[in-house]
Amino acid sequence: MQAADGVNRLVSEPDEFGHWGRYGGRYVPETLVAPLEEMTAEFMRAQGDASFWEEFHELLRDFSGRPTPLFRAHRLTEYAGGAQIFLKREDLSHTGSHKINNAVGQALLARRMGKRRIIAETGAGQHGVATATVCALFGLKCIIYMGAEDVRRQALNVFRMRLLGAEVVTVNAGTRTLKDAINEALRDWVTNVHETYYLLGSALGPHPYPLMVREFQSVIGREAREQILQRTGKLPSALVACVGGGSNAIGLFHPFIADGQVRLIGVEAGGRGELLGQHAARFHAAPGSGGHLEGVLHGTRSYVLQDEGGQIATTHSVSAGLDYAAVGPEHAYLHDNGRAEYLSATDDEALQGLKLCAEREGIIPALESSHAILPALNLAKRLTKNDAIIVNLSGRGDKDVQLIASAEDTTA
Amino acid sequence: MGRIEAKFADLKRRGRRALIPFVTAGDPDLPTTELLLAELARAGADLIEVGVPFSDPVADGPVIQRASERALRNGVTLSALLGCVAGSRHRLEIPIVLFSYFNPLLQFGLERLASEARTAGVDGILVTDLIPEEASDWEKILQANAIDPIFLVAPTTSDARLKQITGRTRGFIYAISRTGVTGAREEMTGAAEALVRRVRDCTDLPVAVGFGVTTAKHVRDVWRYADAAVVGSAIVQEIERCGSNDQVVRRVGELVRRLLRTEDDGA
Ligand SMILES: Cc1ncc(COP(=O)(O)O)c(C=O)c1O
Repeated sequence: MQAADGVNRLVSEPDEFGHWGRYGGRYVPETLVAPLEEMTAEFMRAQGDASFWEEFHELLRDFSGRPTPLFRAHRLTEYAGGAQIFLKREDLSHTGSHKINNAVGQALLARRMGKRRIIAETGAGQHGVATATVCALFGLKCIIYMGAEDVRRQALNVFRMRLLGAEVVTVNAGTRTLKDAINEALRDWVTNVHETYYLLGSALGPHPYPLMVREFQSVIGREAREQILQRTGKLPSALVACVGGGSNAIGLFHPFIADGQVRLIGVEAGGRGELLGQHAARFHAAPGSGGHLEGVLHGTRSYVLQDEGGQIATTHSVSAGLDYAAVGPEHAYLHDNGRAEYLSATDDEALQGLKLCAEREGIIPALESSHAILPALNLAKRLTKNDAIIVNLSGRGDKDVQLIASAEDTTA
Repeated sequence: MGRIEAKFADLKRRGRRALIPFVTAGDPDLPTTELLLAELARAGADLIEVGVPFSDPVADGPVIQRASERALRNGVTLSALLGCVAGSRHRLEIPIVLFSYFNPLLQFGLERLASEARTAGVDGILVTDLIPEEASDWEKILQANAIDPIFLVAPTTSDARLKQITGRTRGFIYAISRTGVTGAREEMTGAAEALVRRVRDCTDLPVAVGFGVTTAKHVRDVWRYADAAVVGSAIVQEIERCGSNDQVVRRVGELVRRLLRTEDDGA
């Protein structure tokens, strides 16, 4: 599919500086250029090194429990009354979400680079837990930055990180969420650059992170592609995944990029309203939403929620992991060239999705992953039983149970 | 010749080094910033850096972060900030350099920014999170408007990159004294001097050293090997201490005079 502007929608590879078209790149303080170049060079070497991937896959198998199953969701399928619905069970991964795939990959890279001090940001706490876990596994020092608001709403994960030996630093600046945790992690990195490896948790940030994280997460899509072909004998009609920074979505999508007949559908957090500050839907174009604007945040150029002055907006989502003002640059590129589509689901829709999945499949998904469920059911209704849809169940909901209980309390 | 080049040429002729104070625009408020700019010049500043407030200042320590927050709470916009510079221009002749993050400029529109900044009397713009690799459009736009693009170099910058960066900078080079964020420090490290020596091997442009320059002693130490010392957090801290107190202008002026007094050994 070659469009008039010369963009081939069936490939999605950055240039050597990490640009997908106008997006991506490196917008960082000069101090960080050297460590990013060093990291890029080491990642490129690792990519061509079979022993690196052998160890990666061995750990994903024996430590993390891969491959994760592709589960045919009979009762959700029946409920929608259309396409067959399959769930890619990342929730069954060790530590409870897809974040472990990237954490294992980058920890291996950090070890190759001889870095013994690992820092990371976390929103929902899933990436923090995954990072604390691999640091325990490899005997690395681990410091996790987490916004005060997220510390409050994801208390269980804070406790898990501490059990795993990590130091959790509460960030009280700004909006006290994921964005501020990344700011603080970047400040730490700039200061302790020589001995520190920054293990970024999503497909965002400066080059090489968006590319590297995608490569580590693509194991999701490669498995899913093989599994669905085995089960149904053909490619699915659509893939549906929630999009925070975009790592679980790009991990599922990327191995299907060249399969033009497979629709790629990302679901952003619609929050509790369309106005700026009430949601985290970066692609949303409604007037007053602050969405659909190009910007630069945390080292990359992409769609960024912001006010008219270019100040980064406050976001809202019931799920800490989607509560972020920017989206990974590859998603911005796939959005513009039309290869992927982006919808949003509100807080309430996510909660409904979570309940349907719990009551009809016996699976409690993470609030993040729950955003993908209603959009997938709605799409399934419009398709036939000869079609298949894969929903990425990026994580499990244990961490959210308390939050849901208190949300019910206040609405009861 | 631009105002920055002329300034450094004049200093060189007189065998002098420069002091560059930094203030965040709109802290404590824009009318005070306008008074502060005039007072800084009267107190002996050779150039002034004006910080553009940003919600997510990843290269800044707590002091300048808080200044940014205060300014944003006051609703400072880029247009108002440029108005403040323009309003100061009839009272001061020294070069003014904007110090910003990229997103507010991008959102304002780069062409519009360059042309309005030129009209307001801005001489150079330094963007903390814009490296030359991402800046080719930016450089063209600034040069078309006779504004100097100033890039930063850091102790981690390789020799190869130093060559490239110094080749693309106009006005002066900004050398970051240490790995880290902005913030006042008791001691300066030896990293700055080593970096400036490497920069001198690449270019004849003047070199300014910033990040952590706090006391008169630091300023004189930097002047041994560099052309200019940038003092940021120490000044912003003084502004913070005064709050909206009407002494702020006088106190900041006194601080700058103390920084310039050669017989003073203390802070
Ligand atoms: C379970 C789960 N899914 C999704 C996300 C969102 O991140 P991403 O868009 O990078 O997959 C998170 C982030 O914390 C998460 O914990």
